[in-house]
Amino acid sequence: MQHADLTALRDAIATGAASAEAACAAMLDAADRLNPVLNAYHETFRDHALAEARAVDADARAGRPLPPLAGVPVAVKDNIATVLGHTTCSSRMLGNYRSPFDASAVERLRSAGAVTIGKTNLDEFAMGSSGEHCHWGPVRNPWDTARVPGGSSAGSAAAVAAGLCAAAIGSDTGGSIRQPASLCGIVGLKPTYGRVSRWGLVAFGSSLDQVGPMTRSVRDAALMLDCMSGLDARDSTTADRPATALAATVERPVEGLRVGIPRQYVSGANDPEVNAAVQAAADAYRAMGATIVEADLPLTDVGISTYYVIAPAEASSNLARYDGIRYGHRAQLRPGEDLFTLYARSRSEGFGPEVQRRIMLGTYMLSSGYYDAFYKRALQVRRRIKEEFDRAFAECDVLLGPTAPTPAFGFGANADPLAMYLCDVYTVNTNIAGICGVSLPAGHAVRDGKHLPIGVQLQANAFEEDRLLRAARMLERAFAERNAKARPAVSA
Amino acid sequence: MKEQEARGNALSAAQVAHVAKLARLEVAPGRIEEYRTQLAAVLAHIAKLDAVDIAGTEPMAHPFESSNRLDDDEPVEGLPIEAILRNAPAAEGRFLAVPKVLAEGD
Repeated sequence: MQHADLTALRDAIATGAASAEAACAAMLDAADRLNPVLNAYHETFRDHALAEARAVDADARAGRPLPPLAGVPVAVKDNIATVLGHTTCSSRMLGNYRSPFDASAVERLRSAGAVTIGKTNLDEFAMGSSGEHCHWGPVRNPWDTARVPGGSSAGSAAAVAAGLCAAAIGSDTGGSIRQPASLCGIVGLKPTYGRVSRWGLVAFGSSLDQVGPMTRSVRDAALMLDCMSGLDARDSTTADRPATALAATVERPVEGLRVGIPRQYVSGANDPEVNAAVQAAADAYRAMGATIVEADLPLTDVGISTYYVIAPAEASSNLARYDGIRYGHRAQLRPGEDLFTLYARSRSEGFGPEVQRRIMLGTYMLSSGYYDAFYKRALQVRRRIKEEFDRAFAECDVLLGPTAPTPAFGFGANADPLAMYLCDVYTVNTNIAGICGVSLPAGHAVRDGKHLPIGVQLQANAFEEDRLLRAARMLERAFAERNAKARPAVSA
Repeated sequence: MKEQEARGNALSAAQVAHVAKLARLEVAPGRIEEYRTQLAAVLAHIAKLDAVDIAGTEPMAHPFESSNRLDDDEPVEGLPIEAILRNAPAAEGRFLAVPKVLAEGD
């Protein structure tokens, strides 16, 4: 059952066709065997997970009613708080941090019966697009371990792709769920801002961050979001809407679907096979009776500039809390050194270079005299980007394009920070506008004799996840054969 | 003036050192130039924002216009002190312990 999707495993557990304990044990064994190569997990919770799975098996045998995720092993990105184990953000700063509470998303998954199998590695504090900036070592791509899995939800993507869990959750501030999903050949959903509570998600860019599912199928993403979404009194930015009920409708194709392809998305800067995948998706939709329309998003290109003002500005403010006093890493002072040195040295020892770079960038742009030139202007452009999406969605239901400009790249290939930032050109505007987007597998490219997944992205307007995932499911069905041609090289 | 300076991408080593201080970061003198080059490249890219016509556009700090939601005015349990102190770098009894930072007579 390790490569079945979560929904199939859930059904098999409920009918007694599979044992939750056996499925969980197989995934834990695979994690023990493969984690030295992939580094997807920071830690796993064998005893806890097996005990919970056993309890579900007992309930199933006794014929007791089971919650919707009963017994399925789910991995949690390590910037999402869990009482179990640590919550390190893959940072030395929080290397020993143990959360006194579960994040709302985790709490809801647990009450839906999911078994927390482990915590997954990320680019430190979710800042990165490769999985290389992790204090616990780089995460590797299961399709080719000489390449990155993408980031920042690197370990979650690698664990799902390699069969080390049934599904995972990640966080997406500018593409951190969708881009690694694309590079690892899985489904990654960034819900509308406000769909899922951020309570217990370690804050990075508070007006951009969302928690979302990373899964082996579109229907799994629907089911996971159904179990996590909805108003939460502990996060005043959650939308005052009931939890979604997407799993019930996801198999139903959207009649009269209008798919917009922004002309700016099919760029000469993309890998040709990425553009070909988008074209194949358009052809598949056309064959299913959808209408393909050309869309125009001229501000696509300024998304990265806008993002790299807003996100570092919010990050510099959010990360000011790490001062070495109440929790987190504290530096040793020498006699005579002052309080400023305690703060500064604790932070410089605790944060890695990319985190320090973004804190400095944000601090600079918010500093006296520069605020209007950077932050205020970026927020004005932000509104223009949102208005541009609104105009596009007046003409179509979903927007189709690449998730990332290329398949997985090699370690060190984007050592220049700006080059790394540009990997997110197609994903950041989703967060800037607060709308929803999903990446799903669309075939493979072959590099160095290895198959590498290519993902395509669909975006829909705010709170249109139902249409988004139904459209995604249509494409997933059309691409079933295309995606079945290869499997990850390193896998359970 | 400062706006032009920012746009002119004239980030100096002294500015990087100043920003590090504002951000409470201890940057070794040998790393200032590396940060200066990297930050300057990002700032030059950000200058693309200048090309966007934003006349009359209100800043948008948040994806959705939302209003404050107020909780009922009822006491709720906070976290127990032990749960907080478990993560403290140093603790004494029920208190966080910090290094002495005031000299005698301060």
